[in-house]
Amino acid sequence: MPFSIHTVSALVLRYVFLYTRHPVRFVELIFWPLVDLLVWGFLTIYLQKTAAAGFPASITFLIGGMILWDVLFRSQQGVAISFLEDVWTRNLLNVFVAPVRSVEYVAATCLVGVLRVGVTLVILTVVASLAYGFHLADLGLALIPFLGNLMLFGWFLGMVSTALIMRWGQAAESLAWAVPFFIQPLAAVFYPVSVLPWWLQPVAKALPCTPVFEGMRAVLSGQAAPWGQLQSALLLNLVWGALAAWFFAANLRHVRKTGLLVKVATQ
Amino acid sequence: MPPATPILEADRLAKVFGEFTALDGLSFTVAEGESLGLLGVNGAGKTTAMNLLLGLTTPTSGTVRIFGLDLWKHRIEILRQVNFSSAYTALPSNLLVWQNLTVFARLYRVPRPKQRIDELLELLDISHLRKSVTGTLSAGESTRVNLAKALLNRPRLLLLDEPTASLDPDIADRVRKLLRHLQQETGLSILYTSHNMRDIEEVCDRLVFLHGGKVLAEGTPGEVKTRFNQASLEDFFIGVARGEIDAIGLK
Repeated sequence: MPFSIHTVSALVLRYVFLYTRHPVRFVELIFWPLVDLLVWGFLTIYLQKTAAAGFPASITFLIGGMILWDVLFRSQQGVAISFLEDVWTRNLLNVFVAPVRSVEYVAATCLVGVLRVGVTLVILTVVASLAYGFHLADLGLALIPFLGNLMLFGWFLGMVSTALIMRWGQAAESLAWAVPFFIQPLAAVFYPVSVLPWWLQPVAKALPCTPVFEGMRAVLSGQAAPWGQLQSALLLNLVWGALAAWFFAANLRHVRKTGLLVKVATQ
Repeated sequence: MPPATPILEADRLAKVFGEFTALDGLSFTVAEGESLGLLGVNGAGKTTAMNLLLGLTTPTSGTVRIFGLDLWKHRIEILRQVNFSSAYTALPSNLLVWQNLTVFARLYRVPRPKQRIDELLELLDISHLRKSVTGTLSAGESTRVNLAKALLNRPRLLLLDEPTASLDPDIADRVRKLLRHLQQETGLSILYTSHNMRDIEEVCDRLVFLHGGKVLAEGTPGEVKTRFNQASLEDFFIGVARGEIDAIGLK
């Protein structure tokens, strides 16, 4: 059998034990996103009240952008931080000498990403609604492909981050947090792609998350959901997914060949 | 008596890291129910060999067959019947002992995991640690919990990397006796690396002594001592480490 749900569930169980045993772990999932939400929420209120600036009501896209960005970020963190947890606790070798395929290991970390996104999204949605009157559900049916595309892209960035940490060791562990922010300026999270210099715009459009943020702004401005763009995002995600899988597999082969896997695991 | 079936066969294993040759054509076998010690001074190639046998590192050349199957073609199937414990790895320190063992019992698809965990905790005399936080255990307790993890799936082949390192003589003695007992009771095969020559003499039926990535000596502890005219394995080890003994014998 090439893939075992049983193995994936056993790996996920470890993270469930970890999070339920240490409630302080939830702080990471709740505290930072809430801080971001408060900052962007109050900025939005300030801008809306600044009549002279004539900001439209759709300025709430700042809150939407922040929440959707967090979906991508938490999804990426689910993959990368789960790997780092195994490195930090010197458990990685135990996992790699157990009957676990690398695809099962990655799938388990992706599922952890889903759980992390779920917790953060619920909290942010409720607080944004109560504090700022921003209702994520206003995005309508488009919310499903929005979240799906961001989650997928987060997984793929997580795989790339993990592959880089495997290759460069714990010295590179800050990449687990940094990788998503490499692309954030180009992803049109808080401003449209048209703001970017012309030569950066093709790069922005090659990111599967860009149509999501552009689409969110369109919907909040009262326009129809850009379903065509969301389909393109899905296609882009397929390409990014294939590249991330190849990159991860190539790096895993490399670290097995050079002995770096053992070094990372026993540092 | 016919020779026992090899459960592990390493054939001309070589591993080169850049300019450095860590293993240079290492061949040996471990028979069913046999306990083999892999010895050598630091840098001799023991850890590299162990990592190759576990599939953590790929060889530059050579093959590993376990249970008659090629390791790289049947890795998952093989790993289900193998287990490993090392002084240099740990179970996640932030989980309780039973949580860690439950996760690994599920990974190894152990039937009736709770019962098996209880059995092993009792066997290793650590039932009282069931609800302890793994990171708070002493070195001796940690070693026994790691051994419990390594025995969960009733492995046919157990790879142990310096399992008694950092243990006091009392606990180390208990671990050695336990391993011997398990081997006699279950027919478990063991590949054992250690710097503690007493471990090797007490636990291993046979040893392979590596030096510079090659086999320097092979045989029972008694045979090796006799061949190199040494009073003890420790003297032999020190002689090799200080360059006073080579493959021919005393210089």
